[in-house]
Amino acid sequence: MTVAAVTTPRSFQEIILRLMTYWGNKGCAVLQPYDMEVGAGTFHPATTLRSLGNKPWAAAYVQPSRRPTDGRYGENPNRLQHYYQYQVLIKPSPPDLQDLYLGSLNAIGIDTALHDIRFVEDDWESPTLGAWGLGWEVWCDGMEVSQFTYFQQVGGHDCRPVSGELTYGLERLAMYVLGIDHVMDMPFNDPDSPIPLKYGDIFRQTEEEYSRHNFDGADTEKLFRNFAEAEAECERLLAFDPLDPNSGKRIIMAHPAYDQCIKASHLFNLLDARGVISVTERQAYIGRVRALAKKCADAFVQTEAGASLGVQTEAGTSAESAA
Amino acid sequence: MPDLLIELFSEEIPARMQGAAREALKKLVTDGLVEAGLTYEGAGAFSTPRRLALTVHGLTTESKPVREERKGPRTDAPAAALEGFLRSTGLTLDQLEKRADKKAEVYFAVVEKPGRKAADVVAEVLERTIRNFPWPKSMRWGNGSLRWVRPLHSILCILGDEGGTEVVPLTVEGITAGNTTGGHRFMSPGRFAVSSFDDYAAKLRRAHVMLDSAEREAHIWNDAQNQAFARGFEVVPDAGLLTEVAGLVEWPVVLMGAIGEEFLHLPPEVLQTSMREHQKFFSVKNPKTGRIEGFVTVANRETADHGATILKGNQKVLSARLSDARFFWENDLRVAKSGMTEWAEGLKAVTFHNKLGSQADRIGRMDSLINDLAPFMPSLNVEAAKEAARIAKLDLRSAMVGEFPELQGLMGMYYATSAGQPDDVANAAKEHYQPLGPSDAVPNAPVSVAVALADKLDVLTGFWVIGEKPTGSKDPFALRRAALGVTRLATENALRLPMLKLFAAAAQLHVNQGSTSNSEDVPTDLLAFFHDRLKVFLRDQGIRHDVIDACLAMPGNDDLTLLVKRAEALQAFLSTEDGTNLLQGFKRANNILTQAEQKDGVEYSFGADPKFAETDEERALFAALDAGEAAIKPAMAAEDFAAAMAAMARLRAPIDAFFTAVQINTENQILRRNRLNLLHRIRALVAQVADLTKVEG
Repeated sequence: MTVAAVTTPRSFQEIILRLMTYWGNKGCAVLQPYDMEVGAGTFHPATTLRSLGNKPWAAAYVQPSRRPTDGRYGENPNRLQHYYQYQVLIKPSPPDLQDLYLGSLNAIGIDTALHDIRFVEDDWESPTLGAWGLGWEVWCDGMEVSQFTYFQQVGGHDCRPVSGELTYGLERLAMYVLGIDHVMDMPFNDPDSPIPLKYGDIFRQTEEEYSRHNFDGADTEKLFRNFAEAEAECERLLAFDPLDPNSGKRIIMAHPAYDQCIKASHLFNLLDARGVISVTERQAYIGRVRALAKKCADAFVQTEAGASLGVQTEAGTSAESAA
Repeated sequence: MPDLLIELFSEEIPARMQGAAREALKKLVTDGLVEAGLTYEGAGAFSTPRRLALTVHGLTTESKPVREERKGPRTDAPAAALEGFLRSTGLTLDQLEKRADKKAEVYFAVVEKPGRKAADVVAEVLERTIRNFPWPKSMRWGNGSLRWVRPLHSILCILGDEGGTEVVPLTVEGITAGNTTGGHRFMSPGRFAVSSFDDYAAKLRRAHVMLDSAEREAHIWNDAQNQAFARGFEVVPDAGLLTEVAGLVEWPVVLMGAIGEEFLHLPPEVLQTSMREHQKFFSVKNPKTGRIEGFVTVANRETADHGATILKGNQKVLSARLSDARFFWENDLRVAKSGMTEWAEGLKAVTFHNKLGSQADRIGRMDSLINDLAPFMPSLNVEAAKEAARIAKLDLRSAMVGEFPELQGLMGMYYATSAGQPDDVANAAKEHYQPLGPSDAVPNAPVSVAVALADKLDVLTGFWVIGEKPTGSKDPFALRRAALGVTRLATENALRLPMLKLFAAAAQLHVNQGSTSNSEDVPTDLLAFFHDRLKVFLRDQGIRHDVIDACLAMPGNDDLTLLVKRAEALQAFLSTEDGTNLLQGFKRANNILTQAEQKDGVEYSFGADPKFAETDEERALFAALDAGEAAIKPAMAAEDFAAAMAAMARLRAPIDAFFTAVQINTENQILRRNRLNLLHRIRALVAQVADLTKVEG
């Protein structure tokens, strides 16, 4: 691994741009965020759905993520109800994925000759997505800076081949690199810009507004109703005959159905933040979202993008890839 | 005699799995070699985060050829018998030999297995080991289907002796074994070849890898202590953490730092828990102040700035964590000082179990149980105990316990103290969870004991009422531990508790709150469960199971203190010579009597009359029983089992003499009846102390 000269970035956006450039240069398709409310970058169909089937895939993107219960009215130095994740998914996981990852740390100004980078066991599981994998949380000087996971199962389907997933918590990572103690004080653009903007200039007010909304404002009756509607719509879309009479093509609406699954998941998170879901009900709601995720995965693997083409046996798969 | 060296090089192996993996590698490989007919002199296994290694020295160069003969069916046997024999030997008919055997001609199979070279055996055994490795969790990666704990990158497998070193030919899922390995990920990247175990260990050290986890542990611990000592501090020992940390580094570098002044007022347990759980830091204590004032972290590399950047980063992370802890502590203290009413209110919304109501309901029941316990705990300040029951669970609503559940009880004690509660009430918040296991201390302060008993009785009867008893290995609510806890609380504090009555009272509280009882007789059933647990517990203390049975068969067996006292005295008595002999005498008397009673269809309990005594031995037994009864009755009334058993011991000689001199079943029916009635006195007397019919031997 050749280590490029390490220069320290000056702003939040510079870190994002460097990650984009780095992973773009490593051959990833640099995608844009998914245009829906999600709890984590994993929900982006570029990860959940594309980790299924055997078509090679490499994508990197920023995903704005929402965790309504984490709202702190913009006061907590580290907690936000809206934050950014940087997500990389490569299928099949390349043998040098750890080195590629370490290269990305170098690219954003973390000099591995001066810092202590560690891979500490952390198995990942998403009960709402019916997904799990093994990997680590990556520590830099004792701080968790990323999640590193080899997907084993998604939506109840075995991942063959296995995807390697990297998730960077951007705010925390950037605060560390930039030496900032409170997220709202972090320079968003270059501090020497004509109009320098800090993270707080952009997000303090929205954190306040959404905290109030998530904890008190959201209409729970409507949320319950919307949840049920999203659930029903997801199932309705999946029940269509694959043959589309207009185009005469076989079109399974896996992505539109999955959008409804994402919606249901976010609505559940909002209801949870409003404190109207009891401990026992909680499990039942998670189970309902998982059931949708599984059905969407079942549908996606019937499509061209999600198929496992040319696979006869397990032995056949590995023989092909070795060639 | 060649030496074998194996290394399986992978991405980072979870620290907690490394110890078992080392042992598994050693066992699977050496067992496989021995099964295949090789022998070896010694073996050692090693692990770092990125590798498992095994050295086997003094391996035989090849296995001995084996010649095996098996006798088969007669040559005129039915075809099916012959087919079966061919199948089981794997031979064809023309490979069998015909030999004359006594009367007939018989097929013989002669199987010759040639000796195999060590390298061939090793290759086969190692492949099998890799494919069947007992990882607690394993995974696939890339396009492959091999499972390993994390992606496996290389296999080193060499056999070497004075003549040279050979790579064992082996390929597993596209990974071909070689003679190279890699150094430290950051400090010595790149691969190098090795020729023997010594060469391997030495080159790894040069490449900044300390192979032996025991050496890493020792290095970390010594260095941590030295650094602390230099500043007049001491490191708080933590063996589990030491092993874990040694499994996270290949090149341990110990760094010590100070905890910020603004966090030093936090309870030491909070500092320790936060540092251990989140950061894997050791705590460093200042013996002058008695406070935790520093930390030790272990990095995986040396740096040009001697760890300054790493330490600064760790310190920053710690500050963020402790800021959270301080925030929780200060908020919690505010609630505590205002009387904890907010938490009491909050517990109404916390479900304990969906069939057993909320934590607040539980507190109500515990309060009521204090009333039931009070008559049997004369030194108990009942008002204090009721107050303690009321506050003991409140910390479950505190932010600190929300973050660190393992601090429950302890935080309760701190918060109760700051709420102005007296020490005995505050301590009960912490101590009522005890004992947490067979070796955990049992509280002895009456208030703590009362709340601990109320807590556990409520849980046990609750789950009994709703029919959620432990089954087999399943005990999700730790009810076995709770039952043992009650037993130890009662016996070690010498409390005389009528358990059946208390069980009934506690069960009634659940029924009053709307739980429908699934069991007809909760108290009796629960007592049987207690007795089972008690047997296990006492057996671990060295008390024989039949001795326990002999005591369980006595009335008042729901008084656990009495039960244990009796069992201990009986065990001591039966281990004396008098005890074993008396047991024989008693059994003999009991057998004769029981047989006679069965035969005659009557019970001989009318009282023997000394005037029918014919011999001195008979008269002596009458006198001894009179004396025994006089001694045992008051001893039993005073529950002085030792005195009662000593009195029983004095019966031994007269009973022995009686049986030697006197024939019970004589022709004279008057004498016979009188002697049987005399035997009945022995039985009745002994039965006051324990049911010796249950004792073996």
